[in-house]
Amino acid sequence: MNNPNTVSIAITGSGGSGAVTTGMILLKAMAQAGFYGIMSRSSGPQIRGGESAVMMRFADHEVHSHDDGFHILLCLDWLKIERFADEIPLHDKSLLLGDRDAGEIPDILTASGAQGQLLPLKKLAGEIEGGRSNMIGLGVLAEWLGLSADIMNKALQEVLGHKKDRLIIESSMACIEQGMKLSPFSAPPLTTDWQISQARRWNISGNEAAGLGALKAGVRFVAAYPITPASEMLEWLSPNLEKIGGALLQAEDELSSINMIIGASFGGVPALTATSGPGLSLMMEGLGLAVASETPVVVVNVMRGGPSTGIPTKSEQADLNLALFGFHGDAPHIVLAPTDIKDSVFTVQWASCLAEQLQTVAIVMSDQFLGQSRAVVNPPQVISQPCQRITSSAIDGRYQRYELTESGISPMSIPGTPRGMYTADGLEHDARGTPSSMAQDHLSQMAKRRDKLLHFDFGKHWAEIEGEGDLAIVTWGSISAMVREAAQRLRLKGIKTRVITIRLLMPLPLKQMKSAQQGIKRCIVVEQNQSGQLYHYLKGMEALESHSSSFARPGPLLIRPDELVTFVEQQVKHG
Amino acid sequence: MADIVKPKDYKSDTRPIWCPGCGDYGVLSSITRAFAFLKLSHEQTAVVSGIGCSSRLPAYLDTYGFHGLHGRALPIAAGLKAARPDLTVIAAGGDGDGYSIGGNHFLHACRRNMDMTYIVMDNNVYGMTKGQPSPTTAPDWPSKLAPHGTGIRPFQPLAIALSSGASFVARGFAGDPAKLTRLIVEAINHPGFSFIEVLSPCPTFRPEQKEWKHHVRQWQDGPAPDPVEAASRIHADDGMSTGIVYQSELPAWQPGSEPSTTIEKLEQGFYV
Repeated sequence: MNNPNTVSIAITGSGGSGAVTTGMILLKAMAQAGFYGIMSRSSGPQIRGGESAVMMRFADHEVHSHDDGFHILLCLDWLKIERFADEIPLHDKSLLLGDRDAGEIPDILTASGAQGQLLPLKKLAGEIEGGRSNMIGLGVLAEWLGLSADIMNKALQEVLGHKKDRLIIESSMACIEQGMKLSPFSAPPLTTDWQISQARRWNISGNEAAGLGALKAGVRFVAAYPITPASEMLEWLSPNLEKIGGALLQAEDELSSINMIIGASFGGVPALTATSGPGLSLMMEGLGLAVASETPVVVVNVMRGGPSTGIPTKSEQADLNLALFGFHGDAPHIVLAPTDIKDSVFTVQWASCLAEQLQTVAIVMSDQFLGQSRAVVNPPQVISQPCQRITSSAIDGRYQRYELTESGISPMSIPGTPRGMYTADGLEHDARGTPSSMAQDHLSQMAKRRDKLLHFDFGKHWAEIEGEGDLAIVTWGSISAMVREAAQRLRLKGIKTRVITIRLLMPLPLKQMKSAQQGIKRCIVVEQNQSGQLYHYLKGMEALESHSSSFARPGPLLIRPDELVTFVEQQVKHG
Repeated sequence: MADIVKPKDYKSDTRPIWCPGCGDYGVLSSITRAFAFLKLSHEQTAVVSGIGCSSRLPAYLDTYGFHGLHGRALPIAAGLKAARPDLTVIAAGGDGDGYSIGGNHFLHACRRNMDMTYIVMDNNVYGMTKGQPSPTTAPDWPSKLAPHGTGIRPFQPLAIALSSGASFVARGFAGDPAKLTRLIVEAINHPGFSFIEVLSPCPTFRPEQKEWKHHVRQWQDGPAPDPVEAASRIHADDGMSTGIVYQSELPAWQPGSEPSTTIEKLEQGFYV
């Protein structure tokens, strides 16, 4: 808890209590006030009426990770709180706010030593026509954070304005004002000395960011099958694709969605699908076809707990092996992972560019934490120059779709191009595309598909590297945000730490990976899965230069920054 | 007369791998005849298939083609047509490909009713894997894989296409290319999902199918516009009647509209 000027708040409640809406309004209000923040979500398995929790962290600078504990937990009721207790670590300085009329504070919460305070949330809400307890609670938090009634009103309009019911807005505002008066805190508002940002910031979820990255790369066709936690990306894409002249088609299953985007891409339209583990498993055969037929496609895999149906609503980074090695045959392709919520824009945009340029498959590994969390952040980096696939326009003589070229990339003829007719094939083929089982054709086409990736200059975006020293932490995807915060804390403790967050997982740029490890004597690989999938991959690739160890733990619990600090300190101490 | 379009113009120089006497030759020549009759633009036509003997067909045509995965011809065709509504899209394959491993896609392609044509060359057997029973095989047909027959009633392609929402349902016979050509022309002209089940004998694994030519006949009436009438004709039939049994104007799935905004404007929505 030693990162200055940040505050962590969690809100829980049973179905219909409005925990998520409360969090959305608070995030908007803090954004309006000139601060930064993230908000992640956790929910039970129910379709409707299920309990849910929002975990928020605010700061006067960009934050991408959660802290080790929460300053305040606001429980709108105590129902099923045990489902979230592990995900909301409290300590003896935490404040536990609850409703006076909801009964005693459950032992599972008081065990942490957190100070409980019961407030008349329900009673006060009852005195206002259409009043709701969550809005009283929101007022309490607003006062503690130093948010004005004006700002709260504006945020309220933005989140609930679509309901077009004046009474809802007015009664909610009346509740918030009541809550602000109720403030049980003696200290001045927490944000008094925080710096207010004048920067124009974004409020975006990882799923929205991934969708935006796709559109920016030129994706104009999406086919997909609904799956948690990827559906919000599809729901954002559907209306927005239509607005810019593209289309989204809901397929009958993932076998269909992957093949539909292969068809669209064969037709010359950059195409993408989004899914989660079970869907990615079903798509593997189709992805192999895209590799063999050299048809560009992008899959955004928003990981959840596995194996099998696993935990659909919670995060884990356990699909890496599938994305890297799930194909039958040798199938060179690209695997990437965003480094934080807003980086989903850049990474998906880059993935689509690479797929188009290299005429192959790119899989982007997001997860529930990245996808369903929102962040108030400075605008993301983007790729400004357009990247297009190499096509044949003027064809003289006999067109050879799979012509052997120096780069391994052969110009693709798009239907509609005169004299460019060919049949794309998943069977091994010769340079024209005619099926062939001859050894010579297999070897030359395999080499072509390998070399086009091998000889390509992926540039500097393959990883984000920060920090000096002889200790390196190598990590990927959503958990890397916690690692970067842990590294900051280690540096404050005098332990120089370098963090290498790998964005391009396959093909792994070995040369750059080695130079990134120059001077490193010890290396720890951190990831959120049981078996250390990245660690074993890097070992197998001989990509780790020094004495290395693995810190791998399955989801859904986050790896908290101080946990990592303690682990690293022990490693360093015991040599 | 350079303008005269001939069926052979649509043939590629790749030689079919099919056995002598295979019904699929008749389907291939009916397709090229239909293309020539319609004077289809080579570059504006795409033929998509799955895996199996008949699925080799796209490579034998001088149009764009995709020889994809076993059972997945229809999804590739749907994605292509959705992205490129300007193209004439035809999907083709066999009974195992379309009715077994691709069965779910068949139902939903009928339902979506996108403007494309689907030609299934049905020989009641898996030929490429050398003689296993398919979904349309009779229950008592003995094979190495099912020595006593499968004991399972055959799949009813026309009834299923009709009940799933296809707007053009027909049966043809590979041994009568003149009639089959006309069916394919009608199917391509039909604005919606057109399904043609083609009886296409397999002389290698089902030599008894050589007798089909003595059993096929034309449906007495023209296409029924009413699905109840069409269903009753299909269910009363022994599977040997050919022609269009059902045709109606059902709304076809179409991709969205003209752009109404820009990505830059969408991005503005993310500002705090």
